[in-house]
Amino acid sequence: MSTATTTSDIGGSPRTRAIAEFWHYFSENKGAVVGLCFVGIVICCAIFAPLIAPYSPEEQFRDYFLVPPVWEDGGSSMFLLGTDAVGRDILSRLIYGARYSLAAGCVIIALTLTSGIGLGLTAGYVRGWFEVLVMRLMDIILSVPSLLLALVLVTVLGPGLFSAIVAIAVTYVPHFVRLTRAQVISEAQRDYVTASRVAGAGTLRLMVIAILPNCMAPLIVQATMSFSTSILDVAALGFLGVGAQPPTPEWGRMLAEAREFITRAWWVVTFPGLAILLTVLAINLMGDGLRDALDPKMKRS
Amino acid sequence: MSNQAVLSARDLKRDYEVGGSAFSKPKLLRALAGASFDLFPGKTLAVVGESGCGKSTLGRLVTMIEKPTSGTLTLDGKDVVAGLSNKAEAKQLRQDVQIVFQDPYGSLNPRHKIGSMLEEPLKINRPDLSAKDREELGRQMMAKVGLRPEHYSRYPHMFSGGQRQRIAIARALMLQPKVIVLDEPVSALDVSIQAQVLNLLNDVQEEFKLAYLFISHDLSVVKHVADEVMVMYLGRPVEKGSCEEIFANPQHPYTRALLSATPVADPRHKRDRIRLTGEIPSPIAPPPGCTFHPRCPLANERCRAEIPELLDRGGTLIACHAVEEGRNQEAAPAA
Amino acid sequence: MPLLEIQNLSVDFATAHGKFRAVDGVNLTVDPGETVAIVGESGSGKSVSMLALMGLLPWTATITADRMALDGRDLLTMSKRQRRSLAGKDIAMIFQEPMTSLNPCFTVGFQIDEILKTHMSLTRKERDRRAIELMSLVGIPSPESRLSAFPHQLSGGMSQRVMIAMMIACNPRLLIADEPTTALDVTIQAQILELLLTLQQETGMALVLITHDMGVVAETAQRVVVQYAGQQVEARPVLDLFDMPRHPYTQALLAALPERATSQHLPSIPGVVPGQFDRPAGCLFNPRCEYATDLCRSTPPVVRDGALCHMPLDDAGNPTQPKILAEAAS
Repeated sequence: MSTATTTSDIGGSPRTRAIAEFWHYFSENKGAVVGLCFVGIVICCAIFAPLIAPYSPEEQFRDYFLVPPVWEDGGSSMFLLGTDAVGRDILSRLIYGARYSLAAGCVIIALTLTSGIGLGLTAGYVRGWFEVLVMRLMDIILSVPSLLLALVLVTVLGPGLFSAIVAIAVTYVPHFVRLTRAQVISEAQRDYVTASRVAGAGTLRLMVIAILPNCMAPLIVQATMSFSTSILDVAALGFLGVGAQPPTPEWGRMLAEAREFITRAWWVVTFPGLAILLTVLAINLMGDGLRDALDPKMKRS
Repeated sequence: MSNQAVLSARDLKRDYEVGGSAFSKPKLLRALAGASFDLFPGKTLAVVGESGCGKSTLGRLVTMIEKPTSGTLTLDGKDVVAGLSNKAEAKQLRQDVQIVFQDPYGSLNPRHKIGSMLEEPLKINRPDLSAKDREELGRQMMAKVGLRPEHYSRYPHMFSGGQRQRIAIARALMLQPKVIVLDEPVSALDVSIQAQVLNLLNDVQEEFKLAYLFISHDLSVVKHVADEVMVMYLGRPVEKGSCEEIFANPQHPYTRALLSATPVADPRHKRDRIRLTGEIPSPIAPPPGCTFHPRCPLANERCRAEIPELLDRGGTLIACHAVEEGRNQEAAPAA
Repeated sequence: MPLLEIQNLSVDFATAHGKFRAVDGVNLTVDPGETVAIVGESGSGKSVSMLALMGLLPWTATITADRMALDGRDLLTMSKRQRRSLAGKDIAMIFQEPMTSLNPCFTVGFQIDEILKTHMSLTRKERDRRAIELMSLVGIPSPESRLSAFPHQLSGGMSQRVMIAMMIACNPRLLIADEPTTALDVTIQAQILELLLTLQQETGMALVLITHDMGVVAETAQRVVVQYAGQQVEARPVLDLFDMPRHPYTQALLAALPERATSQHLPSIPGVVPGQFDRPAGCLFNPRCEYATDLCRSTPPVVRDGALCHMPLDDAGNPTQPKILAEAAS
């Protein structure tokens, strides 16, 4: 046809261009880049823990109880961050602990994302009594303090890292359900959904293939933000003694075990605390950058 | 018209319930109050009216997105309303009627590539085709609407409004429908692009003998594309006739006002505007009698009490007491 | 003396992919009491130039101009504070979407009152009286009761009337209307356009009408400026422009109107308005122009005969000889 139009070709495939644009907005936020770097280091520590860590996290050096870090008086170059009350190397325990924290966070997010999206998508698309039922149930979960609810659930399921993960996931689901439902309701009214329906698409196809991909951006942001809180919550449950059980080198658990030495050996408490603080801070910074890059409302022309 | 109507609507009505809660009864909104028309292959029926006149509701009924509250709709002699309750039959019926929307930015899924968007209707309705056949058909259709082959694997955000509308048209054509509902297909486009899209619509109509239901508020576009025109006001057709007749000799006072309110791109064209006072009433509480009477310069007692019927006056159907009584002759025709 | 003088106005936006010139060397003069229409398709920069005048562009925009003056007062050297007070009082602007231009949290009366409070030294009673006067001036029935209405209780046409009332509250010298009727129905559009023209005649203000609708231009404007891809391609009195367009773009634009069609096939302009990345060399319109020559593809044109074109069209609509050739021949 003679009226064929020309498009602007702006180099590269759409995917690489989209990634380039994403990176442009993401990298404008310097805090986000720093956060990303730190998170990368933590992930590396978790993956390559056996290679990086000087000792096994459970190895007890009977002659070295409560050795201070290397730069303090009485410190030993054998234990860079000192040892704890039963002579285990703190650095090694922290490195191995990253595995538990990150793994717990990932499992929690995977659980909440799947169940939250499933419930929210169905509620937002089907509407009617199903929506009312789901949303009121979510309201009830939200009305109980989350840590308290998690504690109750862990008590029912029996203490342990896995129960802690399930319990925390349950307390997070309502946020995801609400977010998904709101997105689905607004997207379902768009013309492209109607166009798909006119083309003959069935309910499942409309929900999963037409609507869901357009609801993901805020969910991804929410997921990163929840990832950091889930690490905190796992640590909190560990600290309260209902999460990971000894001798697991989980950060919260390490804090709890070190509690009685807080006045005598500051390093036993400080380093696990710092690990939690920095990881959570880094993930939050990264989440901010993600939101800036993914949310079209924050973009400038 | 010698050939047979592909789609016939008789006295279509559609009500919505609005604002109902546990404490108050929902109000009845009559979005469409009795529309009858036939669509013929290769012909265009334009539905004209301002917001709230029920033209979009009509489009949704014809595309079977919604069911009419009452009235009949037949497609190729088959009763649509009854057919929709049967899943297999509904699928068959839906293939014959497709739609192109006004907003080219909202009608394409931003996360789908153009190719998969074009293939989607085939994937759902033609399981006999292989993936290769589907791609082949998709590419053929793309070439037909004037898009380049490399556009096949691109996402909608990389296209301009006019190109998106081409994609939407291509998608609507994939299932070889008999009827296409065009819901303001060019009103979001710039003039130069609008001409391209109107030409394309004209070409594919000739090639596939499509029946168009062209919904628009722009009379200059309607005049160009339509064979028949139905003017609607507040859910009712007020005048229906051939395009030439309506534009040359408008009868209903609303049609006249609409024509005279449409700006003409000719600075020398000066004329006495028929000024309509007031606004379009809410369809929740339409005025009694003729719904147009509060704004009508010819309204009298009868108009305020009695709803006018669509009556045949020399080939044009008009719903107006003033025309029926000959009271409109005092006011000179606008155009 | 002209009321508004703009010379060589350019606006650049900083974007993720570098600088983008949205407005390129626009000149505009408006005399008191005159109606000037700025016509163009989307992406022609027609709104951006007026937003630049109002100082309403985001910080990513860089504005340069040789001269920008209202009533002889230079807007470029003026302090931000002076400029703000000018923007609300002497220049007023109404926008396309009446529903979103009004603050949904406050009553119509409150919003009119606020404008009067900022720009006029009137007592509370005088302000109330003036608000009612304004509301009836723009044709709102029973203005006293409508003052306490919230924007969502008004229809689109009514909201636009309220917007107009707010904008003329301080007797502006210049009213800029950015697609004021695009979101409205045809019969309501006719009412609003008529209202604007009546108000203009009564108050003697100048009106700049930004629109894409050639019909609206023909019915309202005295002078027309046609913009394409940020450039001003033609600026002429309305009758001349519609009778004998000088620029090929204007000619094609007019020919593409369905109401001017002579056959079922409309003469369309191929291609699209160039974006940030596909700006052609030479004349920006050359890829879509049916008369384009090698000269058009290589050298940017200058204004000749009121049109930004190497070969402005003659009265019969045929391209004339380019200047260089014409000079060589004589």
